Amino acid sequence: MASLIHEDTGTGHSREGEPVSEREFQSEPVPIKVPSGPDGLTTHQDNVLAARPDSAPVVERTYRHRLPVRISHWLNVPILIILIMSGLQIFNAHPALYWGDRSDRDQPLLSIRPAKTESGEMRGITTILGHKFDTTGVLGYSDGSRRAFPAWATIPSAKFLAMGRQWHLFFAWLLVINGLVFTAYALFSRHVTRDLAPTGKDLRSIGKAIKDHVVLRHPKGDEAKRYNVLQKLAYIVILFVVAPLIILTGLTMSPTIDTAFPGLLTIFGGRQAARTIHFIACFTFVGFIVVHVVEVILTGFFNNIRSMVTGWFVVKHEQEGASHEA
Amino acid sequence: MKHERAMERRQFLKGALGAASLVALAGCDNLTQSSWFPSILHKTEKLTERVQRAVTPTNALAREYGEADISKVFPANGNTDPGTEDYAGHVAKNFSEWTVEVGGMTQVPMSWSIAALKELPSRTQITRHDCVEGWSAIGKWTGVPLGDLMRKVEPLPNAKFAVFHCADVDDEGVAYYESMALADCYHPQTILAYELNGTPLDIPHGAPLRLRFERQLGYKQAKYVRRIELVETLSGIGDGKGGYWEDQGYEWYAGI
Repeated sequence: MASLIHEDTGTGHSREGEPVSEREFQSEPVPIKVPSGPDGLTTHQDNVLAARPDSAPVVERTYRHRLPVRISHWLNVPILIILIMSGLQIFNAHPALYWGDRSDRDQPLLSIRPAKTESGEMRGITTILGHKFDTTGVLGYSDGSRRAFPAWATIPSAKFLAMGRQWHLFFAWLLVINGLVFTAYALFSRHVTRDLAPTGKDLRSIGKAIKDHVVLRHPKGDEAKRYNVLQKLAYIVILFVVAPLIILTGLTMSPTIDTAFPGLLTIFGGRQAARTIHFIACFTFVGFIVVHVVEVILTGFFNNIRSMVTGWFVVKHEQEGASHEA
Repeated sequence: MKHERAMERRQFLKGALGAASLVALAGCDNLTQSSWFPSILHKTEKLTERVQRAVTPTNALAREYGEADISKVFPANGNTDPGTEDYAGHVAKNFSEWTVEVGGMTQVPMSWSIAALKELPSRTQITRHDCVEGWSAIGKWTGVPLGDLMRKVEPLPNAKFAVFHCADVDDEGVAYYESMALADCYHPQTILAYELNGTPLDIPHGAPLRLRFERQLGYKQAKYVRRIELVETLSGIGDGKGGYWEDQGYEWYAGI
């Protein structure tokens, strides 16, 4: 998500040939924020905008994402998209979920199947815990084809289990490698303890944070330089709960791994239960990605994208005491 | 000036992202159909096999279940009746003349009738069958440990694979076959099964004899087994990938 901050800059000096003029700062009547954070963060004021009179905001550039974080983030984009879409291809081969170790076809938790109406028309029927929903056009029957998830959501787009598996198992290895490298880096560089772990103060303000998110009020100024509590919790849960869960439940579907580590079957309640949890974890990822992208757009799309590409993020500080009415 | 540039960049970025996602999805289909990309994806199979074999003790057993766990209906997948005249003849004679031959790279090629196999020490196991499609079913299998037969035929030192030639053919007349590493033939749960849930195998489940190779997926469990051939290489058999489904793009190593 967007409003995060941490990560010291190596330079703390001006960029792009824009020298910071001490004289300009001193002669400027507009109050200037002290460019330093409690975490030893060093930043600098953009003198061009800072020198503008009246109530114009002071702009602070800050080095937000270090290179390993940026590389890992952008590798995750194709990896996750391909894993989700090839996973839906695999799901389509048997579009039903169960609990326990075996598939009792008369009692699925969820099924997405085509069905013929009395008039002979094809419909897509999604059944969740016995409740039936007509999902024609998207689930069960779409574009004249009997398939659980539609062609636009699967890799390959046509029905092709063998290739879906090959895409999935290849990119699953990449996810594991990228995930392990990132987690090791995040722990070693203290990215986790410094930026991701919620503080007691964070947790106490969770009610306010939820309210702010609901009304789309986003942190500004110094507050925008660090992750807010919901963001921290989202990242921690994805990194330390959902991602390990999706990998372990994926492995539990392997009959050989079940032989080597039979405890996995016990923990997850059986192979079919593991498949169900895998599916739920997948849609937790989908939900996370949707919220993540929406927040990126709402909190300054270009600024956010730049910060994840170049590392540099811009924070605007409203002038304290400055009147907006002349 | 600066602001306008930012606006332009913003527009460009939006367009680029939209176009990129469309191109990327079409690109995945093109890659799937290309000659080179699937072979890169395919490299995962070797890596997965190496890692899984490294972490799995040679004789570790697949979980065995209780009678209460047995599936009420055990689905039959793939070919459910070989449908050939030859096979129909065996059905008519209740498989009394069916023999399974173990040959190829062996010191002592041998063959057994079903009755002869039933005289040998048997193993009964309640195990989970995991289909590549995603479903699982639990059944009770009784049969002869394949390792016992292997010790009788004495494979030559350079034999690497056991190839299972089956009686079924697909709609286009392509014969079904499967293969496994010779080492896996000696796993205690690898059996040539002649019973499912206490009754002789029925036709949909592979009568009169099928393979149970418990640590791998369903498509490895060859049905209607007629002949087991020990070989050094899988090339030259079928399309050379080691099995009917393997020739259609599924992994030979089906541990996941």
